[in-house]
Amino acid sequence: MTKLQVEGLSAFYGQSQALRGLTLELSGGEVLCLLGRNGAGKTTALKAIMGTVPPSSGRLVLDGRELTGLPPQEIPRAGIGYVPQGRRLFTELTVWENLEIGLMTRKTGREALEHALELFPVLRERMQQRSGTLSGGEQTMLAMARAMCLNPSVIMLDEPTEGLMPSAIAGIREAVIRLRSEGVAILLVEQRVDAVLPVADRVAFMDHGEIKAELPIAEVRANPDLLHHYVGIAARPARPATC
Amino acid sequence: MDLAPYLLLAGLEGLVQASVLMLTALGLSLVFGVMRVVNVAHGEFYMLGALIAWACGAYIPGPPVLGFVAGLLVAPLAVGALAWAADRAVLQKIGYNPEGTIVSTIGMLYILQQGALLTFGPDARAVDAPFYYTIRTPWFGYSSYKLFTVAVAILLVAGLWLLMRKSKVGLLMRATQFDRETALNFGIPVGKVYSAVFAIGAMMAAVAGVLVVPNQQAHYLMGTDPLLLSFVVVIVGGLGSIPGTIAAAVLIGLSDGLLSVFFSPTLAKIVSTLLVALVLIFRPEGLFTVKGRRA
Repeated sequence: MTKLQVEGLSAFYGQSQALRGLTLELSGGEVLCLLGRNGAGKTTALKAIMGTVPPSSGRLVLDGRELTGLPPQEIPRAGIGYVPQGRRLFTELTVWENLEIGLMTRKTGREALEHALELFPVLRERMQQRSGTLSGGEQTMLAMARAMCLNPSVIMLDEPTEGLMPSAIAGIREAVIRLRSEGVAILLVEQRVDAVLPVADRVAFMDHGEIKAELPIAEVRANPDLLHHYVGIAARPARPATC
Repeated sequence: MDLAPYLLLAGLEGLVQASVLMLTALGLSLVFGVMRVVNVAHGEFYMLGALIAWACGAYIPGPPVLGFVAGLLVAPLAVGALAWAADRAVLQKIGYNPEGTIVSTIGMLYILQQGALLTFGPDARAVDAPFYYTIRTPWFGYSSYKLFTVAVAILLVAGLWLLMRKSKVGLLMRATQFDRETALNFGIPVGKVYSAVFAIGAMMAAVAGVLVVPNQQAHYLMGTDPLLLSFVVVIVGGLGSIPGTIAAAVLIGLSDGLLSVFFSPTLAKIVSTLLVALVLIFRPEGLFTVKGRRA
């Protein structure tokens, strides 16, 4: 069933059009990956969905509910969790306070928190630690856990593996796979193709603020030239989803 | 009389000044810290607090303590409501644009000042202290009301600290202060938080005005000095830092008291202005701010 429906979303930075009629659909238990070069409009697409870059046109529907035109603070309350690029934790607040903000958003209870901590148990020991003092991997886990505290039906992740050690990347990948198996729809923005191929169901290639092609992952795997064409890199062999 | 009593007297006067300054400057610092708004009209909220306290004292029959208590309740509520409305009607409409907020708060300053002149007139208004009790020392007697002022200020600052550190509202304010966009991404109603912060900042100034008015008369131009001193405190303490603001208020208040008693009030102002200049040159993040951190 379609969870998130985006139709013709456009956005500008001043006079410059950064997003041109973005259209995508995302079902529960599905991972759609947005791939593209720097400046292709991937992050802007997520920000326009969240409303922090106000869309100039387009529609946004979540679980059949029209979200178009709602103020930005209503989008997460409707059930879209967002892990922004660079994690954007409240670094002066403790781990618990970061999570508490997530819990307050939709008034989700202990269950949402326990679910997040079950996925990232290391955070249990760090509850009173200032989040800015966590390692990069732990910060990404906290950013994901904070978004999970919303008990969202859609999670959008903007380059969650950026700057992480391979062991931390594996942890994040496992969490994505687990969320997908639980029926959460995931919109993943990445530049690391090797981080995408094991978890994505579909890939949308973005360039100049629009989706140029959207393909099932099997087709992307079968045609490495596509990656070279749209992202400018050669694809490395895909690792299995369980790694 | 030897030096020690003078020092004690100057220290007490400095402490009283520091406590009032701490309240006013904390309001300014809170508004800047969370909203990044330089509120040039902040001193006028202090002035309004003082004038409302005078009005309560003048129009509520009975002993002065009744009017004072009424002033302590009515002034912050009325001024807070006014600030909340000003935020919704003006600052929010201009999107908290930094230059725009400075210009518009200058406009608010003149509107409030001239509004007070029209309403209360140009005369300075004396307000009775709620109680008269002199604390006797071997060298001099000291007003118990002034020490009451210090106690109330400490209580209010403790209350603000608890609000910011221990309450959910405070958590939302701190989150908004650290990262407005991420706050929006987590459903925090940033507009409402800003309005609340602007109102709380104004309420702090209004309470300071109420507390100070039995020691100095209420007047429509009385907001200028506390505004300038608050800016001094906020710059010395570190913009947006609550502990820094408290420490700087005590420093500036005490130095002001000591220099005023031993030399002259003018020299006290010169020294505090010089301190601001030195801080801006050598430690622009403030004397009491750890680099990269704000409380």
